[in-house]
Amino acid sequence: MGPLAQAVAPSHMPIVLRPLLPELILVGTALALMLLDALRPTPDQRPFVLLSLAGVAGAAAATLSLWTWKGPGSVLGGMIAADRFAVYFRLVILAAAALGILLSSYYLDRAGEARGEYYPLLLFATAGMTLITAASDLILIFLALEILSLSLYLLTGFSFRRLASAEASMKYFLLGAFSSAFFLYGIAFAYGATGTTNLAGIATALASRVNGDALALIAVGLLAVGFSFKIAAVPFHMWTPDAYQGAPTCVTAFMSAGTKVAAFGAFLRVFGVAFLPLAHDWRAFMGVLAAISIIVGSVLAIAQTDIKRLLAYSSIAQAGFILVGLSAGTQAGIQSAMFYLAVYAGTVLGAFAVVAIASVRGEEHTALSSYAGLARRRPLLGLALTAFLLSLAGIPPMAGFIAKVSVFSAAVQAGSWPLVLIAVLASVAAAFFYIRVIVLMYMQDPAPEIEGVRIESDPAGWAAVLAPAFLTVVFGILPGLLFGLLRTASVVRF
Amino acid sequence: MIAADTIRLPIPLIFSATLFSAGVYGVLARRNAVLVLMSVELMLNAVNVNLVAFSAHLKDKLFTGQIFALFVITVAAAEVGIGLAIVILIYRNREMINVDEVNLLKW
Amino acid sequence: MQTGFVPIVILLVLAGAFGVLSLVVSWLLTPKRKVKAKLDPYECGIEPVRLPAKEQFPVKFYVVAMLFIIFDIETIFMYPWAVAYRSLGLFGLVEMIVFIGLVFVAYLFVWQKGGLEWEGPARPMGTLPASVEHTPGDRRREPAATGGA
Repeated sequence: MGPLAQAVAPSHMPIVLRPLLPELILVGTALALMLLDALRPTPDQRPFVLLSLAGVAGAAAATLSLWTWKGPGSVLGGMIAADRFAVYFRLVILAAAALGILLSSYYLDRAGEARGEYYPLLLFATAGMTLITAASDLILIFLALEILSLSLYLLTGFSFRRLASAEASMKYFLLGAFSSAFFLYGIAFAYGATGTTNLAGIATALASRVNGDALALIAVGLLAVGFSFKIAAVPFHMWTPDAYQGAPTCVTAFMSAGTKVAAFGAFLRVFGVAFLPLAHDWRAFMGVLAAISIIVGSVLAIAQTDIKRLLAYSSIAQAGFILVGLSAGTQAGIQSAMFYLAVYAGTVLGAFAVVAIASVRGEEHTALSSYAGLARRRPLLGLALTAFLLSLAGIPPMAGFIAKVSVFSAAVQAGSWPLVLIAVLASVAAAFFYIRVIVLMYMQDPAPEIEGVRIESDPAGWAAVLAPAFLTVVFGILPGLLFGLLRTASVVRF
Repeated sequence: MIAADTIRLPIPLIFSATLFSAGVYGVLARRNAVLVLMSVELMLNAVNVNLVAFSAHLKDKLFTGQIFALFVITVAAAEVGIGLAIVILIYRNREMINVDEVNLLKW
Repeated sequence: MQTGFVPIVILLVLAGAFGVLSLVVSWLLTPKRKVKAKLDPYECGIEPVRLPAKEQFPVKFYVVAMLFIIFDIETIFMYPWAVAYRSLGLFGLVEMIVFIGLVFVAYLFVWQKGGLEWEGPARPMGTLPASVEHTPGDRRREPAATGGA
């Protein structure tokens, strides 16, 4: 037996697949849908919607059963972590996927873009997102990152007859591929510095060094750059506004929530486990990244005249706030970042769902001016968007307020006073452009050409708006519901 | 003292760093989307050189670096496939693929 | 071990600086005369021809080339499996069957979607075959291709 065979032979590595079950279900459903689309083409997209919802529900059930997992903390030769950290992130992502599917069925119907390839791609992206949060080996993290990115490049360009969509897809693709090369280079150096790609193994190797070694520091830097691209932190945010604006709104909703949660999940795991011994070196870097993301995102959002671009810049600023939690480098920091991510995912998904419905058909009315008087034309829609914007601005009683407070208090405990000061000032300034939209909706009369446009919706569209709105308010009033879970879920060791 | 089967690590590392930098330069300097794509491939292959060199240097019993290089090659192929598909899409719509002329959305 | 790597780090920085520097210097120093020949994409001396707007050009070569790359590269995973075939035994065989099954699903998809037709897909992308019936008032998909023969 050669060394390779010894290492991977079944007798040395029990094949425990249960912690991987959510991804297997998702990929299995996606493959079934691909075959269905290829062999039995049908003009009806309902079977696709229902089957993919069933797949997501199955994956969620498999994930929930892992909450009480008693087996080893990491399985398949240290590739997959079976911890509650992964369960939490997967549930958030799967919820976003389910709402994304509902919104897509609504949007694609009206935009005349319903094609069978859509739902398999969305499920593959979801599988990549859930896998990356459970992966505890850099190889698997890279593969999961590519699974989710490649699917999202295609989804972004899904309305390829609309030039903006094709163009957004190309920009997203070129910058995404560029950033994954940096990410990969970082992995190569981490491997060279420690001789392993396993996160816990890297931590062990680094902890035994007296001084940080140069190769490991290069690895930290390059991996941070790669992750920053995916979470859209300044100065690696250039793709975000274009991709968010050009993509079909249902894709924007799904990817703005899902990608950020997934990438942050892996970010927290890699830096909270593998590079924890070097925390002293990367904390300041994260702090700087957080500060400029918040400032640049907030300032540029003020100048936007398109609601999708405005939300894109807002999501850049939000990435900065989440990074504040990460830069604390403590358990409380991770916990607050995880709370923030769940709140952010719900809020931004709901906000884009409102945009999809208010646009009536495809991408028709995304200019900010067409939101004038929205609250009078459709009171419920206006109310939901108000809730989301207040949450993004961090105004009580919305969940966004609790999220910001918890992130700030974690950073203060870790002694990052200047960072918190910048973040608080910027969030006060940022409240301006959120409130401007609310004022527009309630105080102004609709433009004459928009007045007659009838906004209709169906149950799927309403679900994608109202479920996040409900959660935004509930978690704002009863944050303990989530924090209770986070006490154990924020422990990350593999 | 260098044993006969040991490689001199700096040589492949410098080679790969140069290759990677050439790729970065290409991405930043080229206007044609296909050339940008090729530059990205150059960067990925630079990483492959790095991985294999580290794997040989560390005498890794699991051959992690070499196996990873295989994965990278596959992912790179998938990226090229999708990248070319997107480029063809743009080309069919606009009859050109210069990155800086694709400017419907603000940069 | 650590000190041995310091020169590499320096070289890495130098290599990066070289890339950035040459970019900046060439940008600063080059005279910017935009001659048409310079702005054209380089195609081995063949004059690139702009196709008339809105005309579909044959993409069959690109599609086949793309599919070839994807399916060709899958073989790469069989090499390590072949090397460790005996010691991996049944486990390795089952894994490989699963892998090939997945590739087969992709192949079926491409085949049914018309990706393997050399004459190009019989119908434009994103449309249904003409054989699929459309109920009146159905707006879930676009109308079937007119020239879907």
